[in-house]
Amino acid sequence: MYAFRYQTASSAADAASRLAAHEDAKLLAGGQTMIASMKLRLASPSDLIDLAGAADLHGITVDAKGVTLGAMSRHAEVARSADVQKAIPVLAKLAGGIGDRMVRNMGTMGGSVANNDPAADYPAAVLGLNATVNTTTCSIAADDFFLGMYETALQPGEIITSISFPIAKRAAYMKFKNPASRYAMVGVLVAQLADGSVRVAVTGAGPVVFRVAAMEKALEASFTPAAVASIKVPAEGLNSDIHAQADYRAHLITVMAKRAVEAALA
Amino acid sequence: MTVKVSMTVNGKPAAAEVEERTLLVTFIRESLRLTGTHVGCDTAQCGACTVHVNGQAMKSCNMLAMQAEGKSITTIEGIAAADGTLHPMQEAFRQNHGLQCGFCTPGMVMSAIDMLNHYPDPDEATIRAELDGNLCRCTGYHNIVKSIQAAAKTMG
Repeated sequence: MYAFRYQTASSAADAASRLAAHEDAKLLAGGQTMIASMKLRLASPSDLIDLAGAADLHGITVDAKGVTLGAMSRHAEVARSADVQKAIPVLAKLAGGIGDRMVRNMGTMGGSVANNDPAADYPAAVLGLNATVNTTTCSIAADDFFLGMYETALQPGEIITSISFPIAKRAAYMKFKNPASRYAMVGVLVAQLADGSVRVAVTGAGPVVFRVAAMEKALEASFTPAAVASIKVPAEGLNSDIHAQADYRAHLITVMAKRAVEAALA
Repeated sequence: MTVKVSMTVNGKPAAAEVEERTLLVTFIRESLRLTGTHVGCDTAQCGACTVHVNGQAMKSCNMLAMQAEGKSITTIEGIAAADGTLHPMQEAFRQNHGLQCGFCTPGMVMSAIDMLNHYPDPDEATIRAELDGNLCRCTGYHNIVKSIQAAAKTMG
């Protein structure tokens, strides 16, 4: 790891001003991707601004409309929150399935979403549940947030403060894990939202999380596993690597979507 | 640039002047000479470096020493009783032959204690799922699972 200056931020605004002061500064949330990337010298920030002490980035609030997770909510915290389990069970379950128990004790929701790893779990929840990403400058709808591989709508210096997830009628997330890394080879979140509309968000399969319009339409007509069982997703543009070819990932999307509908109905 | 880092390790204050990029595991092993915490993969996969930070299991190779500033750390050296009596989890690993080469064992034990803090009476499937972040290259998982099941009885 290259040398850097370590700083601590006392609030989101403090972090933003520290970030603005140094062109090559980076934020440190839980560090479960950041520290590993720095050790591999894939990242070499001049300054690392630790957000752990920013009180306004912490905290989980649940009301009748939904769940708002502070950006620094640890995965283990979300998974264990009785309020989240009750309001949006899929969110607690998804957080409880990220990485392993030690990673979940450190890793944060905001870090995961800002990093936008193509195989991360949280982007599927943000897009699938039609969440809103709140930042130090504005609020961004999920559909406008994830732009490409590791690319989001966040502007330089803009920091995620929290994400608001509206309560869904029913939802489930199914992932096919890479047996070695445990990352999602394909993860599908299916949600029937409060207004009856359906969202199908796919992570791990392509360069960035995406929705499957054909499945959403079919599930709005009939929310049953059979409705998606014969819908194929084109393999073109999906990831191919030593773990799985694009056509295999395409096949898995249908299988995982079907299982997610089954689980949502259970 | 160096910075002063201070925390409580196994109940005692510990401090050192370290480079800002120093990992927690490096601080524990090299500054404090507590070498029971192992570096296995060094990529946050194997879990041999697991310690407790404020009571929660974390991978000390994947965090900076500065991230533990002011916190309370417990390492494998800090769990036995003052008279040398093994922690019930250590005893269970001993009784059930829960180790072969022993390299992964400190991480397994620290992770397993954290697991039982959250699942006091786990079934086998839960133990195997929750042990996701600890790898044993001897593949001695059966006896590790047995050890944790036995410890759940004595610790419960």
